[in-house]
Amino acid sequence: MKYFRSHILIETDEASVQQGAREVMNALKQELAKHNLDQEVNVLETGSLGFFERGVCIAVYPDDVIYGNVKVEDVSSLVSEHFLKGRPLTHLVIERSEKKNIPLGYDKRIVLENSGNIDPEEINDYLGVGGYLAWEKALLEMKPEDIVQTVKDSGLRGRGGAGFPAGIKWSFTSPIKGVQKYVVINADEGEPGTFKDRLIMEGDPHKLLEGTMIASLAVGATKAYIYIRGEYKLCINRLQRAIDQAYEYGLLGKNILESGFDLDIEIETGAGAYICGEETALIESMEGNRGIPRTKPPYPGVKGFMQNPTVVNNVETIANVPAIINKGADWYRNIGTAESPGTKVYTILGDVAVPGLCEVPMGTTLRTIINTYGGGMKKGSRFKSALVGGAAGIFLGDNMLDVKMDFHNLAEYKAVLGSGAILVINDSVNIVDMLESVIKFFRHESCGKCVPCRNGNEQLYKSVRKIKAGYAGEDELDKMLLIADTMQKTSFCALGQSLLLPVKSALDMFKDDFLSYINKKKAINK
Amino acid sequence: MNIVINGTVCYASPGETVLSAAKNNDIYIPSLCYHNKTGPLGRCRVCMVYVEGMNGLQSSCNLPVREGMIITTDTNEVKAHQRLVVDLLLSSGKHDCLSCEQNGNCELQDVAYYLEIERPSFNLSPPSIDIDETSEMVFVDRSKCIQCGRCIEGCNNTVVNEVITFAQRGFETKIEFDNNIEMGKSTCVQCGECVQLCPVGALIDKNAISKGRPWELEKVTTICPYCGVGCQLELHINRKINKIIRITGVEKAPANNGMLCIKGRYGFDFVGNKDRLTTPLIRNSEGKFENSTWDEAITFVAKKFKNIITEHGNEAIAGLASAKVTNEDNYAFQKLIRREIGNNNVDHCARLCHSSTVAGLAASFGSGAMTNDIKDINKAGVILVTGSDTTAAHPVISARIKKAVRDGKSKVIVIDPKEIALADYAEIYAAQRPGSDVAVINCLMQLIIKNGWEDKDYIQSRTENFEDLKKEVMKDKYSPENVETLSGVPAAKLHKIAELFAKAKTGSVFYSMGITQHTTGTDNVKSIANLQMLCGNLGKPGGGVNPLRGQSNVQGACDMGCLPNVYPAYQKVTDPKSKSKFENFWSKSLSDKIGLTITEITDSIIKGTIKGLYIMGENPFISDPDQYHTIESLEKTEFLVVQDIFMTETAELADVVLPASTYAEKTGHFTNTERRVQRLNPALKAPGQAKDDWEIIQLIANKMGSDWNYQTIRDITTEINAVAPSYAGITWDRVGKEGLQWPCPTVDHPGTPYLHKDQFTRGLGLFHAIEFKEPAELPNDEYPLIMTTGRVLEQFHTGTMSRKSQGLNNIAKPMVMISVVDAEKMSISNSEKVKVITRRGEIETNAFVTKRIQQGVIYIPFHYAEAPANRLTINAVDPTAKIPEYKVCAAKISKIIS
Repeated sequence: MKYFRSHILIETDEASVQQGAREVMNALKQELAKHNLDQEVNVLETGSLGFFERGVCIAVYPDDVIYGNVKVEDVSSLVSEHFLKGRPLTHLVIERSEKKNIPLGYDKRIVLENSGNIDPEEINDYLGVGGYLAWEKALLEMKPEDIVQTVKDSGLRGRGGAGFPAGIKWSFTSPIKGVQKYVVINADEGEPGTFKDRLIMEGDPHKLLEGTMIASLAVGATKAYIYIRGEYKLCINRLQRAIDQAYEYGLLGKNILESGFDLDIEIETGAGAYICGEETALIESMEGNRGIPRTKPPYPGVKGFMQNPTVVNNVETIANVPAIINKGADWYRNIGTAESPGTKVYTILGDVAVPGLCEVPMGTTLRTIINTYGGGMKKGSRFKSALVGGAAGIFLGDNMLDVKMDFHNLAEYKAVLGSGAILVINDSVNIVDMLESVIKFFRHESCGKCVPCRNGNEQLYKSVRKIKAGYAGEDELDKMLLIADTMQKTSFCALGQSLLLPVKSALDMFKDDFLSYINKKKAINK
Repeated sequence: MNIVINGTVCYASPGETVLSAAKNNDIYIPSLCYHNKTGPLGRCRVCMVYVEGMNGLQSSCNLPVREGMIITTDTNEVKAHQRLVVDLLLSSGKHDCLSCEQNGNCELQDVAYYLEIERPSFNLSPPSIDIDETSEMVFVDRSKCIQCGRCIEGCNNTVVNEVITFAQRGFETKIEFDNNIEMGKSTCVQCGECVQLCPVGALIDKNAISKGRPWELEKVTTICPYCGVGCQLELHINRKINKIIRITGVEKAPANNGMLCIKGRYGFDFVGNKDRLTTPLIRNSEGKFENSTWDEAITFVAKKFKNIITEHGNEAIAGLASAKVTNEDNYAFQKLIRREIGNNNVDHCARLCHSSTVAGLAASFGSGAMTNDIKDINKAGVILVTGSDTTAAHPVISARIKKAVRDGKSKVIVIDPKEIALADYAEIYAAQRPGSDVAVINCLMQLIIKNGWEDKDYIQSRTENFEDLKKEVMKDKYSPENVETLSGVPAAKLHKIAELFAKAKTGSVFYSMGITQHTTGTDNVKSIANLQMLCGNLGKPGGGVNPLRGQSNVQGACDMGCLPNVYPAYQKVTDPKSKSKFENFWSKSLSDKIGLTITEITDSIIKGTIKGLYIMGENPFISDPDQYHTIESLEKTEFLVVQDIFMTETAELADVVLPASTYAEKTGHFTNTERRVQRLNPALKAPGQAKDDWEIIQLIANKMGSDWNYQTIRDITTEINAVAPSYAGITWDRVGKEGLQWPCPTVDHPGTPYLHKDQFTRGLGLFHAIEFKEPAELPNDEYPLIMTTGRVLEQFHTGTMSRKSQGLNNIAKPMVMISVVDAEKMSISNSEKVKVITRRGEIETNAFVTKRIQQGVIYIPFHYAEAPANRLTINAVDPTAKIPEYKVCAAKISKIIS
């Protein structure tokens, strides 16, 4: 193995590449070569470093300096300052708050532990940090039922939004004998403001594979699919590369590590419909049909893909599994809260100083996330609300800033954790405008299968437009609430049921915003 | 189990849904998308109920009942949600009841009424007026569509035509046809399943628009008059104008389960057509038809018949019975010929379709009918379809086959010269040269025996003469390589077919005219019997040899003894015991001489030995081979009586024409292809003086001096019960909604879904060593093409019925199918007028250039008088069954240079 004095990790996630990460990387390599530093300084690609709106970011180790907004024209001064003169190029250095060395959350990250630290395109890097040990352990030392039990004991809950216990889901499928079973990884990340799964896959694709392998073994599936949004080109490429490498190393295929277990993993790409994140619609889509949810029961665990038992899990859920197998259920239970053990990856957007993502223990408050990992509010702005959980989420007011966020606690407040997207809104924003875009989104994404969602969203959209145009009276608000309530009670799937939360929370807490539209027009009309 | 609905304890059966349990207990839960056949779709969200212990509301259509479940369907809260959902639905689209065809029969209207919605509260911009009237039969108004998905479910999963689908999403969701093209241009076959399932007025019968409100129409259940599937129909009758307004399929009927085809559902115009025969006609001395009274006509016919018998003996009259009239009519007809005329010269068009089946299967098994039933089609692991364009000729059976494939229950092998629509669903499709069937089947058997895939136990215990068969089929000339040369089916494909078919747990064979209408028809049938015995596929559900019968009552006409060699129920006229049985029953001495077949009758007229011919409901002018020969014979007939519903091409040549009633005007029974006897019910008054066939026959018999005394048709049914052992238990009172399948020997026998269960009718199944023989006329340099004939979906037989529907005529016009390769060689383009010539004659028709037909073969449907395929066909017949070789003759095509 070759040793280097320094390593430059350049993030080449989708967003960075669009902002010129590859050009910066090439320039760096040339510049280093020009100074004969190419044998001393290693340039590597890695996943996201966790910063957003900071252009191309690079990390330099072991110096632990992170530069942001790096452009091609900065490269020559960066090389000469940092690597020749040995001092950081200060104006590009990203100042980090409190825990200065941890951009991606706290120091005991699980699913993002390797992101930004290893080359996601190199299986040896993953193996070097203990990768695939859990797979080996599960395969050679554990019985499927032990794996299911361990995951059950760990209390791992689905991170796709609903928070259903993963071990219990597996336990429905695991005992079914004599039929082809499947594991499907739901990587159709479509919730607005959510990109956690993308960064897990871009930064550490092997971790997802390892989790998938263990899940497949646990439920007895010899075929697994990763259903991924078609737009996630880089994820697809990196996952495919990772799958190829795993086959090459004998970690996939027939009779893996001479255990007698066979497993194939294949990537399926989605075509961009939000509804295909719903597990049965996802399965329909995989079968080549129109992506619309199926009637349940039967649940996919009993009759899923091709009418065979199928376990569908979210990317983040599965990425937790290797660590649980390695370190045990008790270790996992010690992280987070009693009802929701483990960590959660949040994406922080909107009016915060440093938008990005972080992985923190369950139970972390909204205030901590905004202040610590989001760098506080944007200069000169004040917190009004946060839309937590994506479009299907809830508007939280400042009274909720200190609530410990996990599946259980939020439910107490009739709120949800959802996908973990946190959209921070400052006090100059009218919530009605926010709500309009939420409804517009659902109106656009409704698959049209059931009446309440199909026509209810249309009517809600009409109502909110009417309010904004000033043609509505206060009775319009009651109408909206009635419709959203019926949609929640009668819609076929979670899509149509989701509207009640944003509509009701907006109306409950920010009624003045609605009235301002209603009264403004009235005033003009007078 | 017990559940509680709205405080009332109700009984529910396990596995049932809450919606169905409520319905069975007469509790109304409003719902829109649920239909028995399409099952819970979960789309409308109107059937929401509250269940104690469950969160929120549940959709009752897909919620299974649990013991002790407590359900509330009618609280204010539940109804408020139901109401809002329906309100939202009514707020979008154009739901005007005033002029809507479905008014009174609309499920949306019912639901709105129950929920007391006067006017919609919202105004969701309705989708722009979106009317599609391009289809001949179906009118589409998307602004009335509620996107319930029933039509899509029906189109894709019931009839499996796979035309309708949803397009767009969300509020823009709409139904579309194929890839968003107009219905009339799509691959829609207009079976009307979608119309039948539509709960609102979005899909309606185009030709029924404004012809009568649902409450003005009376419904009468009867049997379809077209092919032999035996679909049960509901005629919607407007009594005021004595007309059929629309037809729907009877849900849960054993043969069709509500499905119909375009002919059955929409081809009813003939019944009320102005050209119906309404009065008896007698040709006057100037050769013109003149109206007469029944008395005059019957007296004339009886006198003429008696004169012929006196002058030329009782062998000089023959009769053609009909596959389109009831068992009772046919029974009376053959009784007239046998008892009053005194010979066995009675035959009917079964001669031209399945006489080889009857001959072949009788020899192999001891009886010649479809061995298995329709509902068990999906119990076969592999279905071999050969010589049958099932989708065109037996559409509802093809739907069931496609459904079996779609549900993953069966695989299909198609061996047919034409790449029929079913080939699209086939695991393997092979195109054999017309007439090479025996070689192909022998080769399959050779491969099966070589590989040891035959059912040895079955052969040992259930059959005889296996060694003879083996000796023949193991000959080198049936090796796959040699058969490839002979039939054009690649050797590798023959291997694959043999393996797939032989290894199936149960394999079934469906065939039709492609097998029977050859000079080797009987051999072909025996070969299929051989194959099925070899694989042990007879005598079990889903297997069998399944000849598909082509006319509504062709099975019944055969069963009733309208064949020259048998009395009713296949009791041989040559068997002294049978003869004396009938002599005793009819108190008259009968002839033991086998009578003449259709083809022999035609020849005998030309020879001058037959002088009088009585034709009931047949049109040999169009249906019989070598038309010029047929016409010559009909013209030469000294005294021709035709009894029909229209002035057919044949009737034009008659001396007396007698007006009869149609299926919609009479009662009696049809026996369908699976031997199921079902009841017709009269819905309309016959026009003018038209009478039921049996009544006319009885009048003739009595005018000839006999003593018939049938008061009603029931008297004939009772007589059939008495003389036909397999019909003994099928009494008038027992034929219920489901009908009964013969054999049904006693009044407590449940009927027989499949034959030859533990032993064959003849005891052991008999293998026949069949040698391959070429067809009678092969192509040569002058006539380089093989011409074959058949049906198309939208027309039927000689067109007497189907061609009275303008819609059907617009869709299906005369044509000749020609392969792309041959068309290119002759630079014939699609729709171009061409001349087809054989040694018998020539016709002009339009070319239909397609990849569906193999090179060197042309295909002509025989329905059209203006381009009669049977002017071209050859009058060569099978030596045993006397069936003509409609399926192979040599032809040439030439361009018409104008």
